[in-house]
Amino acid sequence: MPELGRAALVATLGLALYALLAGSIAAWRGRRRLALSAQNALMAAFGTSIVASLVLVSALIRHDFSFVYAAQHTSRELPSGYTISAFWGGQEGSLLLWLLILTGYATAVLLVNRRTARDLVAWVTPVLAAVTLFFAFLLVAVATPFATQLAPADGNGLNPSLQNPYMMAHPPLLYLGFVGLTVPFAFAMGALLARRTDERWIVATRRWTLVAWTALGVGQLLGSHWAYEEVGWGGYYAWDPVENAALMPWLAATAFLHSVMIQEKRGMLRVWNHLLVVMAFSLSLFGTFLTRSGIVSSIHSFTQSSIGPWFLGFICIVVFGSLALVFARLPLLRSKTRLESLASREATFLYNNLLLVALTLTILWGVAYPILHEAVLGESRIVGPGYYNFFLRVFGLPLLLLMGIGPLVAWRRASLRSLGLTFVWPAATALATGLVLLALGAGASIPGLIAYTFSAFVLASIALEFARGTRARRALSGGSWPAAFSALIGRNRRRYGGYIVHAAIVLLAIGIAGSSAYDTVAERRLERGDTLVVGDYRLTYRGLEEREAANATEIRAVLGVERGGERLGAVEAGKNAYTAERQVSNEVGIRSDLLTGEDLFVIAEQVNADGSVYVRAFVKPLVNLIWLAGLVFVLGALITLWPDAREQRRLATRYEGAEAPARP
Amino acid sequence: MSVALVLGALLAVACVFLVALPYLREPDAERDVLEEPNELDRRRLELAERRDRALGALKELELDHRTGKVSDADYRALVGPLRREAAEALRALEPRAATPERVKVERPG
Repeated sequence: MPELGRAALVATLGLALYALLAGSIAAWRGRRRLALSAQNALMAAFGTSIVASLVLVSALIRHDFSFVYAAQHTSRELPSGYTISAFWGGQEGSLLLWLLILTGYATAVLLVNRRTARDLVAWVTPVLAAVTLFFAFLLVAVATPFATQLAPADGNGLNPSLQNPYMMAHPPLLYLGFVGLTVPFAFAMGALLARRTDERWIVATRRWTLVAWTALGVGQLLGSHWAYEEVGWGGYYAWDPVENAALMPWLAATAFLHSVMIQEKRGMLRVWNHLLVVMAFSLSLFGTFLTRSGIVSSIHSFTQSSIGPWFLGFICIVVFGSLALVFARLPLLRSKTRLESLASREATFLYNNLLLVALTLTILWGVAYPILHEAVLGESRIVGPGYYNFFLRVFGLPLLLLMGIGPLVAWRRASLRSLGLTFVWPAATALATGLVLLALGAGASIPGLIAYTFSAFVLASIALEFARGTRARRALSGGSWPAAFSALIGRNRRRYGGYIVHAAIVLLAIGIAGSSAYDTVAERRLERGDTLVVGDYRLTYRGLEEREAANATEIRAVLGVERGGERLGAVEAGKNAYTAERQVSNEVGIRSDLLTGEDLFVIAEQVNADGSVYVRAFVKPLVNLIWLAGLVFVLGALITLWPDAREQRRLATRYEGAEAPARP
Repeated sequence: MSVALVLGALLAVACVFLVALPYLREPDAERDVLEEPNELDRRRLELAERRDRALGALKELELDHRTGKVSDADYRALVGPLRREAAEALRALEPRAATPERVKVERPG
């Protein structure tokens, strides 16, 4: 079947090329049937990508080691779930997943918009086709997943660190996010090419951008949880270049989601919004380049390959091409309104944008500097966590505060008296929280104390917004408090869904501050019966246990756990020795206290032949709030994404007649 | 003939059919022109966006006023221009006004 896979990829390449050429001619010359034909070609490319993907998945499931990819990334003993997830466990398979998601997105956005925004979609098609063409070309000519060989008896297996349930969801979600940013990019460029200055492209892509942004956010959080459980150094984010590669487009997309509201409500920041979309998409490509070029050494990156220069070339084309287009259309993009006051909601959004972009560019410099330094001077340099943590505090703490200030400030302008009245409760809550925490000894970390104080301010302002909004809704239409609360959210999904997402970010900030600024660590070599005290916990080493799993031998050091004289059971940490992969992985032991959000985190650094172990243990306060933040984040995003019938009707009225005009 | 070859051929035929479909459906289309919004459509759209923006801003202002975020004085100062902006856009969008001459866009401020 590799021939079918190859044929499907060649067909995808041909269809994408046709969609690019025919779509460009159709849009340029105004040919309706040719435009539809190009759109159909792009949708057919989704079909051929599905066929190619099915061929690869089928080879993985059947353990057909005549496929080089199947032999390199699976083995007969590999559990079936990981056998399927090996689809994105290697370079070629992950590129195929990228192509599959890209063509899937293209098909969905074309089907949704092709009848209502014909002239815009006509220009969007060649942009989507150009991106598809690039990935199809890579898969056909540079990194094919359908290379064959004389089948060996067994495969090499999957990298042990990828044999984790989180790895079954983390990469696909990241790709949904990375690839999803192609949609706003294609529509933004399509609108510029069509010389459309209205907000149609924003309306068409709002939900797609939110989906991509949510998927990228959740994907990163799952990746952090994977790192926490699997990599076993005691943390969840190491400012690794590849981790940063996912964070940067998310930050740029966050800035865009905020600034686009200013364009919708005030008609401002058109150029800025286009630049943010270009930035987010280019950074998603840059992230892919980092992961796949072998240019940086990272636990997350694939092996060195020849696709790096192709990616670099494509990124240059995207960046310079789209910037040239924005520049060429500058006269059309000039705003007709001005910022009325520096104390207004739109002004706080602008400050938020500046901070987000500054943070993104700072991280980008931290990632790019070692690469450039090595390329120019031939010496390797490392930008450590200290650099990133410093700028996270410089830009992140004001961002956190702005999340609380923004909802309290009115659009257009706010008087000092109004500001004083709305700020009094959140400010008092924050001050009281700060003083109590200081009295409890939280002053050991000033950034931690500031983060908690600001978090209290944000949570109080969000609670106040919900309370005042519910009271106003009840005063307007009567009914019970729950009914008024429900109506408030239902009638303002974007606003209140957004506040819930803000609450999730606050939980994240509290979790990060608690687990990094106030954690405790202890380590030592333990003989059987020895104890290790860490924080309030007392660990007693009971001995080693060895057992056979499906494809590995598991060795675990068993440690009894006590806190305040109370026995809390045992925690196990150790190593897995994988047979087929001939690799050993660290397996940490985690005991979570869901009431306090605290984790006892144990790493067996060394398991010695004499039965002794070298153990490192952490107590991480509030770390579970980080994972809880993920659930709250999804809830807020779902509320924001949920279709609003009133808004749909309003938009239908707006575009009625203007986009599908009946002409003689 | 292998199964892969047959499946590949079927895939190719399906793709060619899909790509050719617009021409198969309308082999002799009288009008093969991609409809684009003309100047009138673009102005209508601009006015509709202005109307929606003003109505949305009014809704936000009402909510902000009710929740105490906007003082009475600020509310009085802001609500008038917004209502005028919405009314102007609504008037210009009325069918009798929908000619390029009459839908002349008035810039705020």
